Amino acid sequence: MPFSKWLTKRKTAHRQKRKRAKGVGNAAPSWGIIALFILPAFLLYTVFMIWPLAQSFYFSLFEFKGLARGAFVGLRNFRELFTRYPLNEQLPRAFLHNVYFFIGTMLIQNTLGLLFAKLLYAPRWGKRFFQTVYTLPYLISALVVGYLWSLMLNPLFGPINRALKMVGLTALARPWLGDPATALPSIILANAWQWIGFPMLLFAAGLANIGEDLREAARIDGATSWKLFWHIELPLLLPVVGIVTVLTFIGNFNVFGIVWAMGGVNGEPGGATDVLGLVFYRTAFRGGVDAFGLASALAVLMFAFIFGVSMFMVGQFRRWEESLK
Amino acid sequence: MNARKVSRPKRLNLAALGTQVLLWGYAAVVLGPLLLVVNNALRPTREIFKNPIGLATSPTFASFVKAWEKANFHVYFFNSLGITVAAVVLATAVSALAGYILGRYRFRGSIFLSAYFLAGLMLPFRLAIVPLFLLLNDLGLVDSRLGLILVYAATGIPFSVFILSSFFRQLPQELSEAARIDGAGEFTIFGRIMLPLVRPALATVVVFQFVPLWNDFFFPLVLLRSTDKWTLPVGMTRFFGEFQTDWSTLFAGLIITTLPLIVIFLLATKQIIAGLTAGIGK
Repeated sequence: MPFSKWLTKRKTAHRQKRKRAKGVGNAAPSWGIIALFILPAFLLYTVFMIWPLAQSFYFSLFEFKGLARGAFVGLRNFRELFTRYPLNEQLPRAFLHNVYFFIGTMLIQNTLGLLFAKLLYAPRWGKRFFQTVYTLPYLISALVVGYLWSLMLNPLFGPINRALKMVGLTALARPWLGDPATALPSIILANAWQWIGFPMLLFAAGLANIGEDLREAARIDGATSWKLFWHIELPLLLPVVGIVTVLTFIGNFNVFGIVWAMGGVNGEPGGATDVLGLVFYRTAFRGGVDAFGLASALAVLMFAFIFGVSMFMVGQFRRWEESLK
Repeated sequence: MNARKVSRPKRLNLAALGTQVLLWGYAAVVLGPLLLVVNNALRPTREIFKNPIGLATSPTFASFVKAWEKANFHVYFFNSLGITVAAVVLATAVSALAGYILGRYRFRGSIFLSAYFLAGLMLPFRLAIVPLFLLLNDLGLVDSRLGLILVYAATGIPFSVFILSSFFRQLPQELSEAARIDGAGEFTIFGRIMLPLVRPALATVVVFQFVPLWNDFFFPLVLLRSTDKWTLPVGMTRFFGEFQTDWSTLFAGLIITTLPLIVIFLLATKQIIAGLTAGIGK
């Protein structure tokens, strides 16, 4: 076969193939087939997730008597949340504790996570080992982490106090979870112990995305490693900082299991560790006869707050990134 | 001038030393408590109270037997296992179907559907518990393992559809064409050709659903009443009240609850890290 003929043949074959690719490959199957593929997931997700979420808004406007929905009461449930004792005292206090939780986690967990990501970025012996170890507690149930640390911090038989006494720091040994001053910080630390691998991995992925040529250029210009980090890497990590901040915020305002394990359903001692998640649970399932209406109203407020602040944060970070470009 | 030249490598060494101290120090902070749990589960409570940080000199598994049999862990364990596995299988199956169509084809409403599924990743789902409780109550699914499985499967869908559709999207077009010319239908193409090719993504999705469901405390706390249906986390709350003074058994209980996750972690470290960093990186 002459070469030119072979070439035209190949070209037409290729063209036909591309035509097919456009014609057949991208054409969607019939609506019936699409429905068969999509509907199972769509129904399950809609019925058990989206529909109940949407209903929360509607239910918050009704009076409940046990499980039965009664009359439309407008915003009365919302007013009750802030006027009825003891909710009117517990709610602002729990909210404040969530704010502390968020600030404490940002300062300790996420700063350390960034530090470890940076230290482990350079090729070094044991990189995988350290990353694996630091991420390990993430797997453990929040409840188990809470119980584990409440045993560790036990005033009588806890290893922490025993170790402090052994090295002569008897003055520091205290009932960590029994003292209102140290109870919440202890829980924040235990929570950070569990989650630190998460920001570390996200920051590590972010650092790996920064081009090596940028670092090289900075080094040639005589930047120290601190300057390199502060002026090149950190600004470029800003999108990841944004993601970590928003996810930390959402996580911390939903915190539940670890606080239950370390402070009980009432956030002991004396409400010093009470958080919104516990207040919400108590309102819904340990409340009075009209509990479901009140809990729906609280759900709407928490949803609006968490969603609103998250969106605001996303917008702020985007603006910040723009201004740095 | 000379002095600076000499001091520089020294400072570098100090920094390297500091890094090592930090890394190993924090590794000890993580591993210390975990090793202590194992150590204390292997020795009697009497010894733990005498010396909280002493070594288990003559290890015994008595506490594990006690937690498993007397503290009802054999019931909780298999409830957790059954519910978690069923929910993960269900969610992965329906998500693979939906993810396939959303990843491979554009049709009217496909972009909206993708966004609709994605939205679930950001919604604080626990806040919907009141309507969900009423819905399950109407369906006769309160205090039912099936009810919990359906709820759990629903929570797994957003992440799974997101990951799987992006993997299906990357597969070459030629594969499905060839099969279609041979007369294969959409389901055959999906099951025989496409699904086997996204196995790594399926692994990520399975592992990533398994961990939070196994660990979840809130939904079984609210939705399950009878103790013979309880999962490990809810069982744990009763266990910690009942065995308050029996620390050795408490430690053993913590280990039993966590063991399956440790096994998964050792088998699938890569998938876990891939899931945690999904959306970031190359």
